[in-house]
Amino acid sequence: MTPLLDVRGLTKRYGARIGCLDVSFRLYPGEVLGIVGESGSGKSTLLNCLAGHLAPDAGQVVFDTRSDGPRDVLAMSEPERRMLGRTDWAFVHQNPRDGLRMRISAGGNVGERLMAVGARHYGDIRAVATDWLGRVEISETRIDDRPSGFSGGMQQRLQIARNLVTGPRLVFMDEPTGGLDVSVQARLLDLIRGLVRRMGLSAIVVTHDLAVVRLLADRLMVMKDGHVIETGLTDQVLDDPQAPYTQLLVSSVLQV
Amino acid sequence: MTRPMIHVENLIKTFTLHNQGGTVIPVISGASFSVAPGECVALTGESGAGKSTVMRILYGNYLAQGGSVRIGGVDITRAEPREILALRRAQLGYVSQFLRVVPRVPTLEVVAEPLLVLGRPEAEALARARDLLTRLRIPERLWSLSPTTFSGGEQQRVNIARGFAHAYPALLLDEPTASLDATNRETVLQLIAEAKAGGAAIVGIFHDLDARARVADRQIDIAGFTPRLV
Repeated sequence: MTPLLDVRGLTKRYGARIGCLDVSFRLYPGEVLGIVGESGSGKSTLLNCLAGHLAPDAGQVVFDTRSDGPRDVLAMSEPERRMLGRTDWAFVHQNPRDGLRMRISAGGNVGERLMAVGARHYGDIRAVATDWLGRVEISETRIDDRPSGFSGGMQQRLQIARNLVTGPRLVFMDEPTGGLDVSVQARLLDLIRGLVRRMGLSAIVVTHDLAVVRLLADRLMVMKDGHVIETGLTDQVLDDPQAPYTQLLVSSVLQV
Repeated sequence: MTRPMIHVENLIKTFTLHNQGGTVIPVISGASFSVAPGECVALTGESGAGKSTVMRILYGNYLAQGGSVRIGGVDITRAEPREILALRRAQLGYVSQFLRVVPRVPTLEVVAEPLLVLGRPEAEALARARDLLTRLRIPERLWSLSPTTFSGGEQQRVNIARGFAHAYPALLLDEPTASLDATNRETVLQLIAEAKAGGAAIVGIFHDLDARARVADRQIDIAGFTPRLV
């Protein structure tokens, strides 16, 4: 099977400091990879390098494109990469304000991404937007309201709808449940899990929350100081961690 | 003899506690056994002997330090995560003692999920789930609720229903009859017998001696694999 994403030797330095060093992994269709580590471990740097928000110093990010097969995203032209970001890729930010347009309506936020890939018929766009609001459990009656009046959980669900409406194949998520109440988190996790399963999505989820990856991720990558410390099946890494740092990380979680 | 479904050879397991002075705890050394299709093998040995550890290695949940575990042709001690996940979806089931689910998902879906993941039609998956929940006496008014709020015994039965939804060719059972009343215990023993008759290779831990005697064809004393401390 061709991996959807094949990352080789990805390195990013900030001057003398290491962002992430020599990271390699493969992601296969339908897989969810969790990247965990504390703040400053390099997990967000890695995610941003993968998603094309940051230019790495070395390495390759080979994506299996629909039309031309595996291609190094870093070697693509800017318009090509931007097109990928609008179609096959999606990025869910921790802060919904970074991924939404706060001054246009909820329906407009979803519709805008559809228009970016060529949808023009207003009635169709509105119908699809309504359908997606329903899928992320936002009432149809809120379609013309601006997200600035939504709760944090609703904003995050709207951001997910905006991202998934074009049927991407790879979703990057940066702390998707960070900053939300625990009860809101559970609902969002359940929603993401259902969407990932039904749409056959692949996803890379960066978080410091081990409970989140246990529920969402098939595989886990543990990072510290820009290095990958340990990788494996999620439940195996959490239940039988091998590296000293992972053991510390897992044993530091407070039991409820 | 038929080809074994589960084949364990020379298994070694140690735990290294890096944050507690690098203490090394040897748990299993040189474990070897096989389980044929349609056979149920009970792991025995006192508490702390390593029964659950062996089960977890068989499921790919713990890493082995040496040896091999072949299940349906895949060596789980060396397989890639996605190979283990594929094995768990189609061939290898595990009924643990605790139910772990996403809050909010209704009980009926929790039980039907293993079949839905395999791509079975929803109607068939839900019918099987209803049948199992009925047999395990989970009242129908609870089916639309998340099992996270259920009593310990109810959660255990939901867990069993989920574990038996798909006819896995290899099945691991960790104390399946613990905390069950006599009637439900009887149902679980029947489910195990049906799985055996269907050709499943089963490894189980049963503290319930009478249950063990009824379903197990053989016993393996884990104490025989305890490393000798010099």
